[in-house]
Amino acid sequence: MIRDITIGQYLPGKSFLHKMDPRAKILWTLAYVIVIFLCKNFWSLGLMVVAAVGMLLLSRVPLRMMWKSLKPLVPILLFTGVLNLFYSKTGTVLWTWKFLTITDRGVYTGAFMVIRILSLVSVSALLTYTTTPTALTDGIERLLSPLKIFKIPVQSLAMMMTLALRFIPTLIEEIDRIMSAQKARGADLESGGFLKRAKALLPILIPLFVSAFRRAYDLAFAMECRCYQGGDGRTRMKQMKLGARDFVGLALLALLIAGVILLNRFFVPLL
Amino acid sequence: MIQLKNVSYTYENDEQNSPAVCDVTMDVRRGEFLAVLGHNGSGKSTLAKLFNAILIPTKGQVLVDGMDTADEDKVWEIRRKVGMVFQNPDNQIVATIVEDDVAFGPENLGVPPKEIRARVDEALKAVGMYAYRHQEPHKLSGGQKQRVAVAGIIAMRTDCIVFDESTAMIDPQGRREVMDTILRLNRELGITVVLITHFMEEAVQADRVIVMDSGRIAAAGKPETVFADEAFLERTGLELPPAAKLASMLRKSGVDLPKNILTPESCAQALLAAAQKAGVV
Repeated sequence: MIRDITIGQYLPGKSFLHKMDPRAKILWTLAYVIVIFLCKNFWSLGLMVVAAVGMLLLSRVPLRMMWKSLKPLVPILLFTGVLNLFYSKTGTVLWTWKFLTITDRGVYTGAFMVIRILSLVSVSALLTYTTTPTALTDGIERLLSPLKIFKIPVQSLAMMMTLALRFIPTLIEEIDRIMSAQKARGADLESGGFLKRAKALLPILIPLFVSAFRRAYDLAFAMECRCYQGGDGRTRMKQMKLGARDFVGLALLALLIAGVILLNRFFVPLL
Repeated sequence: MIQLKNVSYTYENDEQNSPAVCDVTMDVRRGEFLAVLGHNGSGKSTLAKLFNAILIPTKGQVLVDGMDTADEDKVWEIRRKVGMVFQNPDNQIVATIVEDDVAFGPENLGVPPKEIRARVDEALKAVGMYAYRHQEPHKLSGGQKQRVAVAGIIAMRTDCIVFDESTAMIDPQGRREVMDTILRLNRELGITVVLITHFMEEAVQADRVIVMDSGRIAAAGKPETVFADEAFLERTGLELPPAAKLASMLRKSGVDLPKNILTPESCAQALLAAAQKAGVV
């Protein structure tokens, strides 16, 4: 039932990746995303794939779960692959039919793109599989905290994110309740064309907004009662500490970047 | 610990301009369990919000440990002393994990991390929710959520907790859980409790009862005295506590029962005594 919704797609576990500091993980993922776009040939890309597979093994996330987050990508992958297949006009021609030609370069680029997107998405999915939304927000908050110098209210932004996460299940429950209430009053939410159904949503959205405002009002009071005065002067119960695990992770990241740079230099660029 | 001197409060957007709380003088004594009763619109919730500077009186003065709630510099210090648990548990939980939510108050107060950890564990144990500390709040029942909210206030180490109809939105089972917690906090931890409610059976457990009617204090005193006057309660739109009502009905039909029955336990005892006297058992 609706009570069981989990926010994000966190998979509880005790693996190396689960135990890593969220900051280290966010940095890793960010760096990975950037570096994979710097890969110029199959050798450096191969190294990135090895890294992704290594992470998958370290996270002990079942392949079945990985497939779940990759499945929606299949159309995009097919589209990119096929487009790149026919796009390249240079290289040895392998096959032609009327205006369509496939060259060996086209095959390479197509495969390159598909592998790139696959590893990119897998690594980002691993981050959300091994990190709770709370830890993610905390991590982002702390990574961004240098921005405080520029008067950016990092803590308030993080608070907003936490509250949003906190209220997603509450609002889903609310929508469910309102829908039942409107159905009980004879509202027809399922039939008709797009326009008709969009119109039928109105009696759900209006009460939802009204109640959201009421909740916001209550919440603000409750927060004030608990002495919330914005970010300044707040301490945190859960302190983040970079441990040996995180330094190993970051060292591996450095090696990975160095490896990609070297492989890019020593082998012929593909594109 | 809290003193109200001729306090009136009128909501700004009220068209008739009639005060929700009108010329109230009262005090909350340290360590006591005070229940504030009243039907809907009697001003009891407004009164509650005056206790910790959520509302500032339009007339008169509210003093918390000698600090005037109208003094803006003292607001946070007042709220450190007087905490508040609201009606809807969903709208007062801020974090996605139980223990993080309990930590929210102390974090705002700038308590050092280790100390917060200790306070959070202690508070969760005090409300019997320690086993659920890693849970997500939306997966808990109403009573459990409300207990988490209470723990959030305990962790701030407030001297006094105001419960603004905190049991009104939860099921009977959850209500009993919360009431048991409230009683324990008062009896064992010595926390001053102000319970705003319209459930008579909750009010009978208090040391003192205040009945509000159209913004004024209609009666104040020990539960036995306040609930003794049935005609008065009816005038203010309140009912007798269920056990007292049963006793009163039995008395009317000729059973010899004493007048001070308020709780199911005392009712059962009196009934047993009456039955023995009549030679039934």
